Amino acid sequence: MRMREVVITGMGAVTPLGVGAATLHERWLAGASGLESGEGVCAAFDPTEFMSNKEARRADRFTQLAIGAADEALADAGWADGLPYDPERIGSVIGTGIGGIGTIEDNHDSLRDKGTRAVSPLAVPLMMGNAGAAALSLRHDLRGPVFGVMSACAAGSHAIGTALRMIQHGEADAVVTGGSESALTPLTRAAFASMSALSPTGQSRPFDARRDGFVLAEGAGVLVLEDGELARARGARILGTVLGYGATADAHHLTAPDAEGAGGARAIGGALRDADLAPEAITYINAHGTSTPLNDRAETAAIKLALGDHAHHTPISSTKSATGHSLGAAGAVEAVATLLALRARVAPPTLGWEEAEEGLDLDYVPSARPLEGDSPAIGLSNSFGFGGHNAALVLGAAA
Amino acid sequence: MAATPTTADIANTVFDALETFGVDPTTITREATFEELDIDSLDLAELTQVVEDAHGVTLTADDLKVIKNVGDVLDIIAQRA
Repeated sequence: MRMREVVITGMGAVTPLGVGAATLHERWLAGASGLESGEGVCAAFDPTEFMSNKEARRADRFTQLAIGAADEALADAGWADGLPYDPERIGSVIGTGIGGIGTIEDNHDSLRDKGTRAVSPLAVPLMMGNAGAAALSLRHDLRGPVFGVMSACAAGSHAIGTALRMIQHGEADAVVTGGSESALTPLTRAAFASMSALSPTGQSRPFDARRDGFVLAEGAGVLVLEDGELARARGARILGTVLGYGATADAHHLTAPDAEGAGGARAIGGALRDADLAPEAITYINAHGTSTPLNDRAETAAIKLALGDHAHHTPISSTKSATGHSLGAAGAVEAVATLLALRARVAPPTLGWEEAEEGLDLDYVPSARPLEGDSPAIGLSNSFGFGGHNAALVLGAAA
Repeated sequence: MAATPTTADIANTVFDALETFGVDPTTITREATFEELDIDSLDLAELTQVVEDAHGVTLTADDLKVIKNVGDVLDIIAQRA
Protein backbone atom coordinates (compact mmCIF):
# COMPACT_ATOMS: atom_id res chain seq x y z
CA MET A 1 0.00 0.00 0.00
CA ARG A 2 1.29 3.43 -0.90
CA MET A 3 1.65 5.51 2.30
CA ARG A 4 0.29 8.85 1.22
CA GLU A 5 2.07 12.11 1.94
CA VAL A 6 -0.06 14.46 4.03
CA VAL A 7 0.25 18.18 3.49
CA ILE A 8 -1.15 21.20 5.32
CA THR A 9 -2.95 23.61 3.01
CA GLY A 10 -4.82 25.83 5.45
CA MET A 11 -4.61 27.01 9.05
CA GLY A 12 -6.81 29.03 11.39
CA ALA A 13 -6.63 30.03 15.02
CA VAL A 14 -8.60 31.92 17.61
CA THR A 15 -6.50 32.64 20.69
CA PRO A 16 -6.19 35.17 23.49
CA LEU A 17 -3.74 36.99 21.19
CA GLY A 18 -6.58 37.64 18.76
CA VAL A 19 -8.49 36.17 15.84
CA GLY A 20 -6.37 34.62 13.12
CA ALA A 21 -3.31 32.44 12.70
CA ALA A 22 -1.18 35.36 11.51
CA THR A 23 -2.20 37.35 14.59
CA LEU A 24 -1.08 34.48 16.81
CA HIS A 25 2.30 34.29 15.05
CA GLU A 26 3.00 38.00 14.79
CA ARG A 27 1.94 38.97 18.29
CA TRP A 28 3.74 36.05 19.95
CA LEU A 29 6.87 36.80 17.93
CA ALA A 30 6.66 40.44 19.06
CA GLY A 31 6.52 39.33 22.68
CA ALA A 32 2.89 40.25 23.30
CA SER A 33 0.88 38.39 25.92
CA GLY A 34 -2.80 37.54 25.58
CA LEU A 35 -3.18 37.05 29.32
CA GLU A 36 -5.10 39.44 31.51
CA SER A 37 -5.95 39.08 35.18
CA GLY A 38 -4.48 35.61 35.19
CA GLU A 39 -6.58 34.18 32.37
CA GLY A 40 -6.49 33.89 28.59
CA VAL A 41 -9.79 35.03 27.08
CA CYS A 42 -10.45 35.25 23.33
CA ALA A 43 -11.89 38.72 23.83
CA ALA A 44 -11.64 39.69 20.16
CA PHE A 45 -13.80 36.77 19.02
CA ASP A 46 -17.40 37.67 18.20
CA PRO A 47 -19.34 34.54 17.16
CA THR A 48 -21.92 36.56 15.23
CA GLU A 49 -19.21 37.57 12.76
CA PHE A 50 -18.96 33.93 11.77
CA MET A 51 -22.40 32.36 12.18
CA SER A 52 -26.12 32.99 12.29
CA ASN A 53 -27.92 33.45 15.60
CA LYS A 54 -29.39 30.00 15.12
CA GLU A 55 -25.97 28.40 14.69
CA ALA A 56 -24.52 30.39 17.58
CA ARG A 57 -27.19 29.32 20.07
CA ARG A 58 -26.78 25.72 18.96
CA ALA A 59 -23.08 25.78 19.79
CA ASP A 60 -21.27 25.93 23.10
CA ARG A 61 -18.48 28.50 23.02
CA PHE A 62 -15.89 25.77 22.46
CA THR A 63 -17.73 24.86 19.26
CA GLN A 64 -18.08 28.51 18.25
CA LEU A 65 -14.32 28.91 18.54
CA ALA A 66 -13.80 25.81 16.38
CA ILE A 67 -16.17 27.22 13.75
CA GLY A 68 -14.24 30.50 13.71
CA ALA A 69 -10.84 28.83 13.37
CA ALA A 70 -12.16 26.43 10.72
CA ASP A 71 -13.62 29.25 8.61
CA GLU A 72 -10.16 30.79 8.44
CA ALA A 73 -8.46 27.45 7.74
CA LEU A 74 -10.83 26.49 4.91
CA ALA A 75 -10.52 29.92 3.31
CA ASP A 76 -6.73 29.68 3.67
CA ALA A 77 -6.84 26.32 1.88
CA GLY A 78 -8.81 27.82 -0.98
CA TRP A 79 -11.98 25.95 -0.03
CA ALA A 80 -14.14 29.04 0.48
CA ASP A 81 -16.00 28.56 -2.78
CA GLY A 82 -16.59 24.84 -2.35
CA LEU A 83 -15.00 21.56 -1.36
CA PRO A 84 -12.24 20.36 -3.70
CA TYR A 85 -13.09 16.66 -3.22
CA ASP A 86 -16.13 14.42 -2.87
CA PRO A 87 -17.61 15.36 0.55
CA GLU A 88 -17.66 11.64 1.43
CA ARG A 89 -13.85 11.68 1.18
CA ILE A 90 -13.43 14.58 3.63
CA GLY A 91 -13.46 14.02 7.39
CA SER A 92 -13.12 16.09 10.53
CA VAL A 93 -11.40 15.26 13.82
CA ILE A 94 -11.52 17.92 16.51
CA GLY A 95 -10.05 17.38 19.96
CA THR A 96 -11.20 18.88 23.23
CA GLY A 97 -10.14 18.36 26.81
CA ILE A 98 -13.52 18.84 28.44
CA GLY A 99 -16.21 19.75 25.89
CA GLY A 100 -19.11 22.07 26.62
CA ILE A 101 -18.65 22.52 30.34
CA GLY A 102 -20.19 26.01 30.29
CA THR A 103 -23.37 24.40 28.96
CA ILE A 104 -23.22 21.71 31.64
CA GLU A 105 -22.88 24.28 34.41
CA ASP A 106 -25.69 26.49 33.08
CA ASN A 107 -28.06 23.55 32.78
CA HIS A 108 -27.12 22.24 36.19
CA ASP A 109 -28.08 25.66 37.58
CA SER A 110 -31.44 25.37 35.82
CA LEU A 111 -31.96 21.85 37.15
CA ARG A 112 -31.16 22.85 40.72
CA ASP A 113 -33.13 26.11 40.68
CA LYS A 114 -36.16 25.27 38.50
CA GLY A 115 -36.36 21.49 38.18
CA THR A 116 -35.99 18.88 35.48
CA ARG A 117 -38.27 20.52 32.94
CA ALA A 118 -36.04 23.60 32.85
CA VAL A 119 -33.09 21.68 31.40
CA SER A 120 -32.62 22.67 27.75
CA PRO A 121 -33.18 20.19 24.91
CA LEU A 122 -29.98 21.70 23.51
CA ALA A 123 -27.96 20.70 26.59
CA VAL A 124 -26.74 17.36 25.25
CA PRO A 125 -25.82 18.47 21.72
CA LEU A 126 -23.99 21.50 23.11
CA MET A 127 -22.06 19.72 25.87
CA MET A 128 -20.95 16.64 23.96
CA GLY A 129 -17.22 16.50 23.31
CA ASN A 130 -17.70 15.70 19.62
CA ALA A 131 -19.78 18.86 19.08
CA GLY A 132 -16.92 20.75 17.42
CA ALA A 133 -16.39 18.09 14.77
CA ALA A 134 -20.16 17.70 14.32
CA ALA A 135 -20.60 21.44 13.76
CA LEU A 136 -17.86 21.54 11.13
CA SER A 137 -19.38 18.54 9.37
CA LEU A 138 -22.81 20.21 9.23
CA ARG A 139 -21.49 23.64 8.28
CA HIS A 140 -19.17 22.46 5.49
CA ASP A 141 -20.94 19.27 4.36
CA LEU A 142 -18.07 16.99 5.45
CA ARG A 143 -19.36 13.41 5.10
CA GLY A 144 -16.30 11.25 5.69
CA PRO A 145 -15.09 10.07 9.11
CA VAL A 146 -16.09 12.73 11.66
CA PHE A 147 -15.57 12.52 15.42
CA GLY A 148 -13.97 14.15 18.44
CA VAL A 149 -11.00 12.95 20.43
CA MET A 150 -10.55 13.48 24.15
CA SER A 151 -7.14 13.17 25.78
CA ALA A 152 -7.08 16.17 28.10
CA CYS A 153 -4.32 18.60 27.14
CA ALA A 154 -2.99 16.36 24.36
CA ALA A 155 -6.30 16.22 22.45
CA GLY A 156 -5.39 18.74 19.74
CA SER A 157 -2.25 16.80 18.81
CA HIS A 158 -3.98 13.43 18.95
CA ALA A 159 -6.63 14.84 16.60
CA ILE A 160 -4.01 15.94 14.06
CA GLY A 161 -2.20 12.60 14.37
CA THR A 162 -5.43 10.72 13.85
CA ALA A 163 -6.24 12.85 10.80
CA LEU A 164 -2.76 12.13 9.43
CA ARG A 165 -3.35 8.38 9.71
CA MET A 166 -6.80 8.64 8.12
CA ILE A 167 -5.32 10.23 5.01
CA GLN A 168 -2.20 8.02 4.95
CA HIS A 169 -4.38 4.92 5.08
CA GLY A 170 -6.79 6.15 2.44
CA GLU A 171 -9.87 6.55 4.66
CA ALA A 172 -10.13 10.18 3.58
CA ASP A 173 -8.53 12.48 1.01
CA ALA A 174 -8.68 15.49 3.33
CA VAL A 175 -9.44 16.08 7.00
CA VAL A 176 -10.32 19.31 8.80
CA THR A 177 -8.64 18.80 12.13
CA GLY A 178 -7.54 20.55 15.30
CA GLY A 179 -8.69 21.29 18.79
CA SER A 180 -10.97 23.61 20.67
CA GLU A 181 -11.63 24.51 24.28
CA SER A 182 -13.59 27.05 26.26
CA ALA A 183 -13.60 26.12 29.91
CA LEU A 184 -13.24 29.48 31.64
CA THR A 185 -15.99 28.58 34.08
CA PRO A 186 -16.31 28.65 37.87
CA LEU A 187 -16.21 24.86 38.17
CA THR A 188 -13.16 24.43 35.91
CA ARG A 189 -11.24 27.19 37.68
CA ALA A 190 -12.04 25.75 41.10
CA ALA A 191 -11.26 22.20 39.99
CA PHE A 192 -7.83 22.98 38.56
CA ALA A 193 -7.07 25.29 41.49
CA SER A 194 -7.97 22.65 44.05
CA MET A 195 -5.36 20.31 42.57
CA SER A 196 -2.81 23.17 42.62
CA ALA A 197 -2.38 23.09 38.83
CA LEU A 198 -3.20 26.78 38.26
CA SER A 199 -0.68 29.55 38.81
CA PRO A 200 -1.74 31.39 42.00
CA THR A 201 0.18 34.43 40.74
CA GLY A 202 -1.53 34.26 37.33
CA GLN A 203 1.76 34.17 35.45
CA SER A 204 2.71 31.82 32.65
CA ARG A 205 6.50 31.54 32.59
CA PRO A 206 7.37 28.06 31.31
CA PHE A 207 10.75 26.57 32.28
CA ASP A 208 11.55 29.52 34.59
CA ALA A 209 12.62 28.61 38.12
CA ARG A 210 9.76 30.70 39.57
CA ARG A 211 6.98 29.02 37.56
CA ASP A 212 4.07 28.06 39.80
CA GLY A 213 1.34 26.59 37.59
CA PHE A 214 -0.47 27.11 34.32
CA VAL A 215 -2.75 29.97 33.29
CA LEU A 216 -6.16 28.79 32.06
CA ALA A 217 -7.10 29.93 28.56
CA GLU A 218 -9.59 29.28 25.78
CA GLY A 219 -8.98 28.98 22.06
CA ALA A 220 -9.10 26.87 18.93
CA GLY A 221 -6.72 25.83 16.18
CA VAL A 222 -7.77 24.14 12.94
CA LEU A 223 -5.69 22.80 10.06
CA VAL A 224 -6.70 21.48 6.67
CA LEU A 225 -4.79 18.30 5.89
CA GLU A 226 -4.85 16.84 2.38
CA ASP A 227 -3.31 13.99 0.43
CA GLY A 228 -0.24 15.69 -1.04
CA GLU A 229 -0.71 14.25 -4.52
CA LEU A 230 -4.33 15.40 -4.73
CA ALA A 231 -3.50 18.82 -3.26
CA ARG A 232 -0.76 19.38 -5.87
CA ALA A 233 -3.05 18.16 -8.65
CA ARG A 234 -5.62 20.81 -7.73
CA GLY A 235 -2.92 23.49 -7.57
CA ALA A 236 -3.21 24.06 -3.85
CA ARG A 237 -0.70 26.20 -2.02
CA ILE A 238 1.21 23.81 0.24
CA LEU A 239 2.14 25.34 3.60
CA GLY A 240 3.90 22.33 5.04
CA THR A 241 3.85 18.61 5.69
CA VAL A 242 2.87 16.47 8.66
CA LEU A 243 6.00 14.34 8.63
CA GLY A 244 5.51 12.22 11.73
CA TYR A 245 3.33 11.43 14.71
CA GLY A 246 3.98 9.51 17.89
CA ALA A 247 1.62 8.75 20.76
CA THR A 248 2.33 6.92 24.00
CA ALA A 249 1.14 6.67 27.60
CA ASP A 250 3.14 6.92 30.83
CA ALA A 251 1.07 4.38 32.79
CA HIS A 252 2.63 6.11 35.78
CA HIS A 253 0.15 8.38 37.58
CA LEU A 254 -3.33 9.81 37.03
CA THR A 255 -2.06 13.39 36.68
CA ALA A 256 1.68 13.64 37.33
CA PRO A 257 4.03 13.03 34.40
CA ASP A 258 6.76 10.44 34.74
CA ALA A 259 9.61 12.56 36.15
CA GLU A 260 12.13 10.70 33.99
CA GLY A 261 10.22 11.73 30.86
CA ALA A 262 10.28 8.20 29.46
CA GLY A 263 6.76 8.24 28.04
CA GLY A 264 7.18 11.66 26.48
CA ALA A 265 10.52 10.62 25.02
CA ARG A 266 8.94 7.53 23.45
CA ALA A 267 6.29 9.74 21.81
CA ILE A 268 8.97 12.06 20.40
CA GLY A 269 11.08 9.10 19.28
CA GLY A 270 8.04 7.51 17.66
CA ALA A 271 7.27 10.71 15.76
CA LEU A 272 10.88 10.89 14.52
CA ARG A 273 10.82 7.23 13.38
CA ASP A 274 7.47 7.82 11.70
CA ALA A 275 9.08 10.74 9.85
CA ASP A 276 12.19 8.63 9.16
CA LEU A 277 14.33 11.43 10.56
CA ALA A 278 17.29 11.60 12.94
CA PRO A 279 17.09 13.96 15.96
CA GLU A 280 19.53 16.31 14.20
CA ALA A 281 16.86 17.11 11.58
CA ILE A 282 14.85 19.02 14.21
CA THR A 283 15.62 22.75 14.08
CA TYR A 284 12.94 24.00 16.49
CA ILE A 285 10.86 22.54 19.31
CA ASN A 286 7.50 23.95 20.30
CA ALA A 287 7.22 22.65 23.85
CA HIS A 288 4.09 21.67 25.74
CA GLY A 289 5.67 24.01 28.32
CA THR A 290 2.72 24.58 30.63
CA SER A 291 4.55 26.54 33.36
CA THR A 292 3.74 23.87 35.96
CA PRO A 293 6.69 22.72 38.07
CA LEU A 294 6.17 19.07 37.09
CA ASN A 295 5.51 19.35 33.34
CA ASP A 296 8.40 21.58 32.45
CA ARG A 297 10.89 19.42 34.35
CA ALA A 298 9.55 16.13 32.93
CA GLU A 299 9.35 17.59 29.43
CA THR A 300 12.95 18.77 29.62
CA ALA A 301 13.93 15.22 30.62
CA ALA A 302 11.86 13.77 27.77
CA ILE A 303 13.48 16.04 25.16
CA LYS A 304 16.95 15.10 26.42
CA LEU A 305 16.11 11.39 26.37
CA ALA A 306 14.69 11.54 22.85
CA LEU A 307 17.16 13.88 21.18
CA GLY A 308 20.36 13.15 23.10
CA ASP A 309 23.04 15.80 22.69
CA HIS A 310 20.99 17.55 19.99
CA ALA A 311 18.57 18.65 22.75
CA HIS A 312 21.19 21.16 23.88
CA HIS A 313 21.52 22.66 20.40
CA THR A 314 17.84 23.15 19.59
CA PRO A 315 15.77 26.24 20.42
CA ILE A 316 12.73 25.33 22.54
CA SER A 317 9.88 27.76 23.18
CA SER A 318 6.43 27.61 24.70
CA THR A 319 3.44 29.26 23.01
CA LYS A 320 1.66 29.03 26.37
CA SER A 321 3.94 31.78 27.68
CA ALA A 322 1.89 34.15 25.49
CA THR A 323 -1.51 32.43 25.23
CA GLY A 324 -1.89 30.52 28.48
CA HIS A 325 -3.02 26.91 28.39
CA SER A 326 -6.08 26.15 26.27
CA LEU A 327 -6.15 22.47 27.30
CA GLY A 328 -7.51 20.36 24.42
CA ALA A 329 -7.02 23.20 21.94
CA ALA A 330 -3.38 23.72 22.84
CA GLY A 331 -1.85 21.02 20.63
CA ALA A 332 -3.65 22.36 17.57
CA VAL A 333 -3.00 26.03 18.31
CA GLU A 334 0.65 25.12 18.80
CA ALA A 335 0.82 23.07 15.59
CA VAL A 336 -0.35 26.22 13.79
CA ALA A 337 2.19 28.34 15.71
CA THR A 338 4.94 25.81 15.00
CA LEU A 339 4.39 25.70 11.26
CA LEU A 340 4.20 29.49 11.02
CA ALA A 341 7.47 29.75 12.97
CA LEU A 342 9.12 27.16 10.70
CA ARG A 343 7.88 28.96 7.59
CA ALA A 344 9.28 32.24 8.92
CA ARG A 345 12.46 30.43 10.04
CA VAL A 346 12.25 31.92 13.51
CA ALA A 347 12.04 30.66 17.09
CA PRO A 348 9.44 32.80 18.90
CA PRO A 349 10.21 33.60 22.54
CA THR A 350 9.33 31.90 25.80
CA LEU A 351 7.95 35.01 27.48
CA GLY A 352 8.88 35.52 31.10
CA TRP A 353 11.81 33.14 31.10
CA GLU A 354 14.54 34.75 33.21
CA GLU A 355 15.74 32.38 35.93
CA ALA A 356 17.26 29.03 35.15
CA GLU A 357 16.56 26.07 37.42
CA GLU A 358 19.05 23.33 38.10
CA GLY A 359 18.57 20.59 35.53
CA LEU A 360 16.43 22.80 33.27
CA ASP A 361 19.43 23.66 31.16
CA LEU A 362 18.17 23.66 27.57
CA ASP A 363 17.82 26.63 25.23
CA TYR A 364 14.41 28.05 26.14
CA VAL A 365 14.66 31.09 23.83
CA PRO A 366 14.04 34.09 26.10
CA SER A 367 14.16 36.33 23.01
CA ALA A 368 13.04 35.48 19.49
CA ARG A 369 15.78 34.64 17.04
CA PRO A 370 16.21 33.22 13.53
CA LEU A 371 16.54 29.47 13.03
CA GLU A 372 19.90 28.21 11.81
CA GLY A 373 20.46 26.65 8.39
CA ASP A 374 18.75 27.31 5.10
CA SER A 375 16.92 24.10 4.17
CA PRO A 376 13.14 23.99 4.77
CA ALA A 377 12.78 23.98 8.54
CA ILE A 378 11.53 20.93 10.43
CA GLY A 379 10.12 21.20 13.93
CA LEU A 380 8.65 19.19 16.76
CA SER A 381 5.47 20.02 18.70
CA ASN A 382 4.87 18.24 22.02
CA SER A 383 1.62 17.73 23.91
CA PHE A 384 1.07 15.93 27.19
CA GLY A 385 -2.21 15.36 29.01
CA PHE A 386 -3.52 14.28 32.40
CA GLY A 387 -3.97 10.55 32.28
CA GLY A 388 -0.38 10.18 31.13
CA HIS A 389 -1.16 10.86 27.45
CA ASN A 390 1.78 11.92 25.26
CA ALA A 391 1.61 13.03 21.64
CA ALA A 392 4.31 14.47 19.41
CA LEU A 393 4.11 15.84 15.88
CA VAL A 394 6.95 16.45 13.45
CA LEU A 395 6.05 19.21 11.00
CA GLY A 396 8.00 20.47 8.01
CA ALA A 397 7.71 23.82 6.27
CA ALA A 398 7.10 23.64 2.52
CA ALA A 399 10.12 24.31 0.34
CA MET B 1 -53.00 32.06 38.69
CA ALA B 2 -52.64 34.75 36.08
CA ALA B 3 -55.64 35.81 34.05
CA THR B 4 -56.38 33.79 30.92
CA PRO B 5 -53.97 35.02 28.24
CA THR B 6 -55.37 36.85 25.24
CA THR B 7 -54.77 35.69 21.70
CA ALA B 8 -52.25 38.52 21.42
CA ASP B 9 -50.42 37.36 24.58
CA ILE B 10 -50.09 33.85 23.18
CA ALA B 11 -48.95 35.11 19.80
CA ASN B 12 -46.35 37.33 21.47
CA THR B 13 -44.95 34.40 23.45
CA VAL B 14 -44.66 32.12 20.41
CA PHE B 15 -43.43 34.78 17.99
CA ASP B 16 -40.78 35.99 20.45
CA ALA B 17 -39.61 32.43 21.02
CA LEU B 18 -39.33 31.75 17.30
CA GLU B 19 -37.34 34.94 16.84
CA THR B 20 -35.03 33.86 19.67
CA PHE B 21 -34.53 30.55 17.84
CA GLY B 22 -33.16 32.52 14.89
CA VAL B 23 -36.23 32.98 12.65
CA ASP B 24 -36.52 36.23 10.68
CA PRO B 25 -39.47 37.94 12.44
CA THR B 26 -40.90 39.24 9.15
CA THR B 27 -41.54 35.64 8.04
CA ILE B 28 -43.51 34.58 11.12
CA THR B 29 -47.25 34.34 10.38
CA ARG B 30 -50.06 32.02 11.47
CA GLU B 31 -49.87 30.26 8.12
CA ALA B 32 -46.08 29.80 8.08
CA THR B 33 -45.13 26.13 8.48
CA PHE B 34 -42.37 25.13 10.84
CA GLU B 35 -40.57 23.55 7.92
CA GLU B 36 -40.58 26.89 6.10
CA LEU B 37 -39.27 28.62 9.18
CA ASP B 38 -36.52 25.99 9.60
CA ILE B 39 -37.87 25.10 13.02
CA ASP B 40 -36.95 21.53 13.91
CA SER B 41 -37.72 19.11 16.73
CA LEU B 42 -35.12 20.67 19.05
CA ASP B 43 -36.67 24.11 18.57
CA LEU B 44 -40.15 22.70 19.24
CA ALA B 45 -38.87 21.06 22.43
CA GLU B 46 -37.59 24.46 23.55
CA LEU B 47 -40.87 26.07 22.53
CA THR B 48 -42.79 23.70 24.83
CA GLN B 49 -40.67 24.93 27.76
CA VAL B 50 -41.29 28.57 26.90
CA VAL B 51 -45.04 28.02 26.55
CA GLU B 52 -45.25 26.08 29.80
CA ASP B 53 -43.37 28.81 31.67
CA ALA B 54 -45.46 31.61 30.17
CA HIS B 55 -48.96 30.10 30.11
CA GLY B 56 -48.85 26.86 32.08
CA VAL B 57 -49.83 24.86 28.99
CA THR B 58 -48.05 21.62 28.25
CA LEU B 59 -47.54 20.69 24.60
CA THR B 60 -47.22 16.90 24.47
CA ALA B 61 -45.13 14.75 22.17
CA ASP B 62 -48.39 13.84 20.38
CA ASP B 63 -49.17 17.54 19.87
CA LEU B 64 -45.76 18.07 18.31
CA LYS B 65 -46.40 15.23 15.85
CA VAL B 66 -49.53 16.84 14.39
CA ILE B 67 -48.75 20.55 14.40
CA LYS B 68 -47.63 21.86 11.03
CA ASN B 69 -47.79 25.63 11.24
CA VAL B 70 -47.63 28.47 13.75
CA GLY B 71 -51.44 28.78 13.87
CA ASP B 72 -51.75 25.13 15.00
CA VAL B 73 -49.65 25.88 18.08
CA LEU B 74 -51.47 29.14 18.87
CA ASP B 75 -54.82 27.32 18.70
CA ILE B 76 -53.74 24.49 21.01
CA ILE B 77 -52.43 26.95 23.59
CA ALA B 78 -55.58 29.09 23.41
CA GLN B 79 -57.80 26.02 23.94
CA ARG B 80 -55.93 24.92 27.06
CA ALA B 81 -54.89 28.18 28.70
